Amino acid sequence: MQRNNLRKWLLSVGAAAVVALPMPSWAQLTKYDLETRMGMEAHVGDVTGHAKDAKPDYRRYCVGCHGELGDGNGENFPWVDPKPRDFQLGVFKCRSTPTGTLPLDQDLFDTIARGMDRSNMPQWSTFTKQQRADLVAWVKHFSPRWTNEKPGTPITIPPEPEVTPERIKAGRDVFARVQCWKCHGVLGQANGPSASTLTDDLGRPIAPYNFTEGARPKCGDTDRDIYRIFMTGLDGTPMPSFADNIKPDEAWDLVFYLRTLMSQRSKEKAIAKQLGLKPVDPNAPAGQQ
Amino acid sequence: MHVSRRSRLRHVSCFGSLILVAVFVVLACSQPAHALPAFARKYGLRCSACHESWPMLNYFGQKFKDNGYQLMNDRDAPIWQNPSYWPVTFRITPIWHRVSTGKVLVDTYTAGNPVATGSTLQRVTSSGFDLSGLDFHTGGTLEKNFSFYVLPSSDATASFHFETVMARLDNLFGSPWLNLKLGKFELDNLLSEKRILTLTGNGGIYQLYHFIPVGDGNIFGQMGDNQLGVEVMGHSWNDRTRYSAALLSSTDGQVGLPYGANSYSGFFTVSQAFDTGRAGVQRIGAYAFVGEAPTTWLTQTGPSGATVIPGAVGNKGFSREGFVGQFYFGQHVDLQVVTQHGEDSAWFGQGYGDFIDGIATGNNTTGTVLPAGARSPTWNGVLVEPHYVYSPQLIFIGRYETIRMSQQSTPGTPSNLGNISTYTLGFRYNPFMTSRAGFAWHNEYNWLHQDGTAPDGSNLNTGELLTGFDFDF
Repeated sequence: MQRNNLRKWLLSVGAAAVVALPMPSWAQLTKYDLETRMGMEAHVGDVTGHAKDAKPDYRRYCVGCHGELGDGNGENFPWVDPKPRDFQLGVFKCRSTPTGTLPLDQDLFDTIARGMDRSNMPQWSTFTKQQRADLVAWVKHFSPRWTNEKPGTPITIPPEPEVTPERIKAGRDVFARVQCWKCHGVLGQANGPSASTLTDDLGRPIAPYNFTEGARPKCGDTDRDIYRIFMTGLDGTPMPSFADNIKPDEAWDLVFYLRTLMSQRSKEKAIAKQLGLKPVDPNAPAGQQ
Repeated sequence: MHVSRRSRLRHVSCFGSLILVAVFVVLACSQPAHALPAFARKYGLRCSACHESWPMLNYFGQKFKDNGYQLMNDRDAPIWQNPSYWPVTFRITPIWHRVSTGKVLVDTYTAGNPVATGSTLQRVTSSGFDLSGLDFHTGGTLEKNFSFYVLPSSDATASFHFETVMARLDNLFGSPWLNLKLGKFELDNLLSEKRILTLTGNGGIYQLYHFIPVGDGNIFGQMGDNQLGVEVMGHSWNDRTRYSAALLSSTDGQVGLPYGANSYSGFFTVSQAFDTGRAGVQRIGAYAFVGEAPTTWLTQTGPSGATVIPGAVGNKGFSREGFVGQFYFGQHVDLQVVTQHGEDSAWFGQGYGDFIDGIATGNNTTGTVLPAGARSPTWNGVLVEPHYVYSPQLIFIGRYETIRMSQQSTPGTPSNLGNISTYTLGFRYNPFMTSRAGFAWHNEYNWLHQDGTAPDGSNLNTGELLTGFDFDF
């Protein structure tokens, strides 16, 4: 009798195992997907990165925030703000390519070394170029977008003109016209009327950049970087691309004006002080700042 | 009660099984390595981001330290932290160890006589459970670019001293090339002894950092001891190039002025790292520790009977210089190398100098002359430490150190007297590390051989086996 019961029990367990084992969970399925994309490469200059070679570095340095599956759900997820990037979405803030497109490998390569101020992403400048290129390939292997789409064509940035008082004033007009102040505030203090309502694409609250705090802009702090930020937008955030609203020349004017709001010393800031430049007036009629 | 052989075997087998199960449970309970306390809690990074294996720093961790415990983003200032954040970590290590020393002088007795009748040399082996001291690390930033580190440290009986107390002005004039540190701190050794991966009595230090020739009285040239002074250091933005220069009191880190000795020493380093593609970042550098230290005691606080000598200093020179290499062979294997050439003044070589411990054999009073033919003791040494990093949670460690005297202070002294060779093998396994605590199961064996230092002038060998839990929280 006992032997019969045991046999029945073993049969039941065996049958359950036969049925259950081939049914992978979603997590396992995703891991399988990732395995199939392990051949992903990245090309930065003369360096070719291979996803398969980045696994140890990713596990050592990145997984705590970005998670095993690259979904931004590492163990630090509850504690960091802004939340870590979900690589599975294939959406990136810092690009040289138009909004909505994939970034270049070089963009991701630069982001790794530069880090991101106002977030927990440090500057990983200690990596070798090869390590960074491998990590770029690894980041790409998380999203199917990289197998189905090609990166966008980088925007063209015209040569930077000479800073003049007129250009700074013109930049203030652009700041008013495209309503930067609505989020960033008239003094660039991130306290515009819309600031408290902003959310990212995943519905999480997000703060606009505060120009006055001294933090580096997320995607680089050169004039070209700032130009690029508002002409490509920061995908995944409320910061749109103004490529359709601002002409290249006006974009440079805006760069110069934004420099006057920043806490760092600059030529633009000195000129603005000399001019006695006042902040934008949200209530002023168009073109009458 | 008679216990059969089979029964004994069964017991041994059970015990062995229990150990295997325990090991399996420890291994099976592995969780991903999280961040270390204090800094990791602040930045939300895993411990493995900064440590090749806790507590040894990797390149990123070295850069973090060189930046004044800052990631150089806007989260560095403590104002960004939750007000309840307290930058503190405790570290302590309960262990079991077995120490076996080859030739120890022990008393001999005749039967029935409780009074020692003589002495003899014999191997002495002791084993048992033990405890390290407690380290109380607290450090971080007071404000952006103002960093600090305070480390009250105790021995196993909770007798505390200040191991580290320093404040640092970081990135002066906005440049990473200029940082100023004042206080008591570890010298800028790329291969840090304070972050050593081994724990035994002889293997838990770098012999090269503490070497003193037999009979030498210079306790001041110990690179491994934290020293009191001021340090200027700088580095490139990615830490590929770095330098440091420190001016130190020649007191071996002891507090209190040395009673008019006014002796100083300097520690200088320079290093350059190179990108070698898939192999990693390789670094080579050089260091020099040069200075003077007293050979005269000025007060009665020296050895008993010392003469008070107003105005006398008797400072004599010493130097330690060498090369450092940190070589990486992919993501799992690395090799740390330190070389040293050391030289002490002949005065030290003849036993003058150690006024702090009071064990110097002479006092360099006015008119004292060196024995005829006395020379500066010199030596050369090398330290080679390979690691196999299976993962940030499991590291295998090896080390070979050798120091060879090239010139003895007293002519006629055996040329190999005091030579050292030591081997260390071990592994550290971290079954988990959360952002609140770290834990390592540590296992190590060290064997040290020293020429001519046994009581009878023969060679002395010491072996130590150690296992324990190294944890911090």
